[in-house]
Amino acid sequence: MNIPVLQIERFLIVSVQGELKDNDVTALQQNLLERLRRTEAAGVLIDLTAVEVVDSYMGRLLRDTAAMIRLMGVPTVVVGLRPAVAVTLVELGLDLPGIHTDLNLERGLTWLRTQMR
Amino acid sequence: MAENANALVGDTASLSINIQGRDEMVIVTARGAARELSRELGFGIVDQTRVATAISEIIRNVVQYASEGEVQFRVIEENGQPGLEMVVVDQGPGIADVERVLRGGYSTGNGFGRGISGARTLMDDFELQSEVGRGTRVWMRKWLR
Repeated sequence: MNIPVLQIERFLIVSVQGELKDNDVTALQQNLLERLRRTEAAGVLIDLTAVEVVDSYMGRLLRDTAAMIRLMGVPTVVVGLRPAVAVTLVELGLDLPGIHTDLNLERGLTWLRTQMR
Repeated sequence: MAENANALVGDTASLSINIQGRDEMVIVTARGAARELSRELGFGIVDQTRVATAISEIIRNVVQYASEGEVQFRVIEENGQPGLEMVVVDQGPGIADVERVLRGGYSTGNGFGRGISGARTLMDDFELQSEVGRGTRVWMRKWLR
């Protein structure tokens, strides 16, 4: 599955649809970092609205991806976590420390704008 | 809801899926089955998600170690209370220190080291038996409330 990376204003947007497999994630991470360098984007937004389950493995992938983006000097926001996913993540003990989250796309973009230098 | 659950109890309410090596698609399939069965049983969205996440954690563990195995779903009833039972059996390397794995924060794989302990938290009943070099059996149940 190829996960498209879109651009709105100076931000890269990734909308995750369904299940991410190992290869998808590696490809997405490389694609994202390459696009960041090329476009000099000011932020990355990862939208999980369509994701029904986030297990500890996917939680780790999110954390790693955000860490890679941060190393390139760019902020990440994760948006659209479903209520049941938020409940489950907390019960699993995975509250995604260090990752900024927001309710939806619009609010995520608003936050990213405040992070621009 | 309860009528719906009763209709599910019986021969048709059992489903098994093979797990083969590193095929990650089985995680998606099993997760879908868990969600579908628990939804039909009348579980709310949060319990559906708990069940789907728990099976995801356990099967991910099997797939990560490239083991062969099987997951079995069964709609059950005890004292008039319907529930979903999931049993995952694999012929993988087994777990040497089961206690430690159940406590969480321990991993030789790729997760947060909380996958198995997390699955236990999300379910009502949970049992793990393992023998090094032979395999692992995880038994989980969630009851409709």
